[in-house]
Amino acid sequence: MTRVRVLVGTHKGAFVLTADGKRDRWEVSGPHFAGWDIYHLNASPVNPDRLYASQTSGWFGQVIQRSDDGGATWEPVGNEFKYEGVAGTHQWYDGTQHPWEFARVWHLEPSLTDAETVYAGVEDAALFRSTDGGRTWHELSGLRGHTTGPSWQPGAGGMCLHTIVHDPSRQDRMFVAISAAGAFRTDDAGATWQPINRGLRSQEIPDQDAEVGHCVHRLASHPSRPDVLFMQKHWDVMRSDDAGDSWHEVSGNLPTDFGFAIDVHAHEPETIYVVPIKSDSEHFPPDGKLRVYRSRTGGNEWEALTKGLPQSDCYVNVLRDAMAIDTLDSCGVYFGTTGGQVYASADAGDSWAPIVSNLPAVLSVEVQTLP
Amino acid sequence: MIRVVLPTHLRRLADLEGEVRLEVDGPVTQRSVLDALEARYPALRGTIRDHDSLRRRAFVRFFACEEDLSHESPDDPLPEAVAKGTEPFIVVGAMAGG
Repeated sequence: MTRVRVLVGTHKGAFVLTADGKRDRWEVSGPHFAGWDIYHLNASPVNPDRLYASQTSGWFGQVIQRSDDGGATWEPVGNEFKYEGVAGTHQWYDGTQHPWEFARVWHLEPSLTDAETVYAGVEDAALFRSTDGGRTWHELSGLRGHTTGPSWQPGAGGMCLHTIVHDPSRQDRMFVAISAAGAFRTDDAGATWQPINRGLRSQEIPDQDAEVGHCVHRLASHPSRPDVLFMQKHWDVMRSDDAGDSWHEVSGNLPTDFGFAIDVHAHEPETIYVVPIKSDSEHFPPDGKLRVYRSRTGGNEWEALTKGLPQSDCYVNVLRDAMAIDTLDSCGVYFGTTGGQVYASADAGDSWAPIVSNLPAVLSVEVQTLP
Repeated sequence: MIRVVLPTHLRRLADLEGEVRLEVDGPVTQRSVLDALEARYPALRGTIRDHDSLRRRAFVRFFACEEDLSHESPDDPLPEAVAKGTEPFIVVGAMAGG
C-alpha cells in the first residue's frame, strides 16, 4: 500500500513521520541527532531509502548524515566543504569586503538520476557536489566565481544558498537561489552560471532592478513544465515562463506578499501554494491567522485555505524549506512552523490537521511518496 | 594510556560511551591526542578543530587538571597527569545559550 514519509528538520533534531496513503494516522520517529540544528533532510528519488541530512551546530560545526534504510539508522559521512582555489571576498553588512567562510549546509538536493550524487547549498553561498554518497564534496566554483560574486551580500539569516532545483528535461540545467544575491541558472552542469533576476524589483537595494542583490527566498517548479518557475521573494511572489530569463509579479490579491515557502501541486502545474507572512520584521501571519494561500491560476488569484488551521492568536513563521508536496492522487501538502507544528492536508489544501504539535522550531519539511 | 572525555553530542556522533582511552606515540600534546582521537573516530574530524588549519573551533574548550588549556599551543606538552592517564583531557562545548 502506498505510504508517505515526511522528513522534518528542526532546531533540535530530526524527525521522521510516516503514514499510509490515507494520511490520518502517523508514526513519529525521533529525535534523531538530538540537540543539533537539522537544516534539511532529503531523499534520493532514485533510491527512496537513501536519505541525506545536514546536521549542524554552532559548537561542533557541520556533519552530513546518510541513511540507507529510510531513516532508521544513520552514518556520518563527509563534512569537509572546502572552497576551491582562493576563497575570495564578498560584500559584508557594512559594505566592506569579507572573506568567504563556510558556516553550514542549508539544503541538500539529491540527483534525479544517481543515488550517489547529491548537491549541497551552503553558507557562505556556494554549491557543492558529492558523487560518492556524501563522503567527499567538491565545489562547483563557477557559481561563486561569477563576476558579480564580490557584490553578493548576506541577508539577515546569512549569505546562504538555500534552493536547488533540477530540470528533469535537461540534465545539465539547474537553478539555485541565494539570499541575498538572487537566482542563478546553469546550462552546462554547473560549470558556468548566469543571474536570472530580470523583472525582480527590490526596494531594499539602491538599484531596485539590479542584476544581483535580490533576496530570493525560494524557487519552485513542476517537473512537467520546468521552464515555469515560481518564486517567493523577500517581498513579492513572482513567476517566470522562460526558465528565469524574465519574471513578472503574481502576488495579486494576497494579504501580504512577504513570505518564505512556495510550492507547486503535484498534478496541477498551475496550482501553487504560499504562506503569507506579515512583514520582514514581523515574521508571523497577518492578523494572527495561519493561512495557506492557493492559486489555481498560476498566481494573481489566490484563495485562503483555513480549515483546520489556527485562526486566532497564531504568531509562528513558516520557513523557506518547510513546505512539501506528495504525489498521491489526492495531492498532499505539508508545512512546518517555528512553533513546532507540522500540518498536513490530504486534499490539496482544502483541510488541514496537525501531524505533530510540539516539536522544536521546524526548519525544513520534505515528503516522500513510497510504494 | 591517555584518557579523553568528550561532550555528549560528540560521544553520540562517534557512537561511543564513557571515556576514550588512546595510545599516543611521542610527546603528549593537544595535537597528538586529537590526531589519535580523530584517527580512531573519523566522524569527529572537523567538529573539534578546523579540517584545514587544525585550529580549535571557537566554541570548543580544552580542560585538564582544573586548568583551561584552550589557549595553549597545540604542541605544548599536556600536564604530566594527562600523559600518565591519571587525569583526563576534557573536550567541552563552551557554555552558551542561556
